[in-house]
Amino acid sequence: MSMSEPPASGLRARLMTGLGGVLLKPLLVPRDRVLAPVLPAKSRSGAALMLVIAIMTFLASLTAGAVHLVADASRDWSRTIAREMTIQIRPAPGRNLDADVAAAADLARRQRVIEEVRVMDRREGEKLLEPWLGTGLDLGDLPVPRLVVLRLAAGLAPDLSGLRAALAERVPNALLDDHKLWLSRLKAMADTLVGIGLMILTLVLVATALAVAFATRGAMAGTAQIIDVLHLVGAEDSYIARQFQGHFLRLGLRGGAAGALAASGFFIVAGLVFGRGAQGSALEQVEALFGRFSLPLWGYLSVLVIGVLVAVVTGVVSRVTVYRTLRGMEQAQ
Amino acid sequence: MVDFTERDEGTLPLWPELAEPDLVRFENVGLRYGIGPEILRDIDFTIPPQSFQFLTGPSGAGKTTLLKLVMQTLKPTRGRVTLFGENVSQHSQAELARLRRRIGIVFQDFRLLDHLTTYENVALPLLVQGREEASYRGEVIELLRWVGLGDRMHVPPVILSGGEKQRAAIARALIGQPALLLADEPTGNVDPGLARRLLRLFIELNKSGTAVVIATHDLALMDMIDARRLVLAEGQLHVYE
Repeated sequence: MSMSEPPASGLRARLMTGLGGVLLKPLLVPRDRVLAPVLPAKSRSGAALMLVIAIMTFLASLTAGAVHLVADASRDWSRTIAREMTIQIRPAPGRNLDADVAAAADLARRQRVIEEVRVMDRREGEKLLEPWLGTGLDLGDLPVPRLVVLRLAAGLAPDLSGLRAALAERVPNALLDDHKLWLSRLKAMADTLVGIGLMILTLVLVATALAVAFATRGAMAGTAQIIDVLHLVGAEDSYIARQFQGHFLRLGLRGGAAGALAASGFFIVAGLVFGRGAQGSALEQVEALFGRFSLPLWGYLSVLVIGVLVAVVTGVVSRVTVYRTLRGMEQAQ
Repeated sequence: MVDFTERDEGTLPLWPELAEPDLVRFENVGLRYGIGPEILRDIDFTIPPQSFQFLTGPSGAGKTTLLKLVMQTLKPTRGRVTLFGENVSQHSQAELARLRRRIGIVFQDFRLLDHLTTYENVALPLLVQGREEASYRGEVIELLRWVGLGDRMHVPPVILSGGEKQRAAIARALIGQPALLLADEPTGNVDPGLARRLLRLFIELNKSGTAVVIATHDLALMDMIDARRLVLAEGQLHVYE
């Protein structure tokens, strides 16, 4: 009953072997030789699922990008704030405030870890109070504290116990503020945002998995006759599961790629818009939170990983769902 | 002369390892759906290798159900089913798939997959076995030519006539060179002339060594040849040799 296959010759034969064959076969084999997939490739529900996967990937990628931006911005803030300290000198009865400020600045300059010492004059100090007290007020009679801003040298671990002790001895009305409270609050806020982002990512993946599970059940119901025929011609459950997995993996890859591409496009456009400099108070707030809104390369890589992850989740969930459904069908017989 | 195919209880063959088991053996098989009455009861029969038989009975007697029990897409509620010498009651899905590959089945409604071409439909049993297309392409083309569909192999089933669909379905059942062919009302949707030609095709197959079971209620078809008859009536099976 067998009929010999016409031998492939010359260049075509060489191209058809090995890895080249895997890549070129679809191009070199005549169209009527390419077998159609056992499951129908196109369906309305398949297109709808692909759209859902694309939207889920887009949302997950946006979340991941936002997490990157917040984490980067938080790191920048921490770095800046951690290198800065202030000495606050409060007016005290019987003490000369200007002399105390000069003494505190002098003590600070003697510290090796302090790179720069800048004394804020009285006018600058009053300006800091304007957001709370308003403008046009004469603060000359009020006991407004004076500030000395210290910038720490990079790369040195600051041990300011000596400065603190010296200040306590020579300028008892001075208070050294190392911004630890601010830093801890900032870190807590950034960690919370990152946690929320990861939670959203997890929820998106779970929602995608559920959508795929329902779509797989729907596809199985719609192809019940095909599954029946496959069983009758000797197909094992693993073969049928592979067909569904391949079908949904292709949908997942297409949807994932579309979502990841759209998210990447969004970040590129947003980076260009905010990169030109924020204009308007709303944009300034966004820039204050996210910096220049430019996603680093590894941010784009994570968007790509999310696209692939969503596709893999789609394939695996469809396979598991097919197995479970087929087992259920067997037990119902 | 010793009959090596004899498998009656209590009459063991002289050299058991040489005995060819019945392809199908039903012993005291019954089937009910849920808590309803038994629709098949006390079914006992065998299908020996290379045999030819009709499975008949009035419409609704359970012919298709019996074929489903043979294919194990339905499980009996009692009794024992043996396929190719193996008790299948505890078989896994993979083991059943292995046995089903030795059985070809033809349906009255053909059950061809509309999104595949005739060629792909016929090749399906080999495709699901994971075989490379190059290894079976010649066989499929030759079989399609043999059933008269050589010039229709690249068209989808929707544009085939009823007779062509039936021949494609038969080709699909035969491509795996099964030991047993089950045909469920294969002549139900074709004209008498084509029905006679299909019957001749089944007889030819049987002569080449395939056991054939044709489920039909077409008395005219059964009268064309003298063959064993399995008659289903009121849930019970009567065998007329």
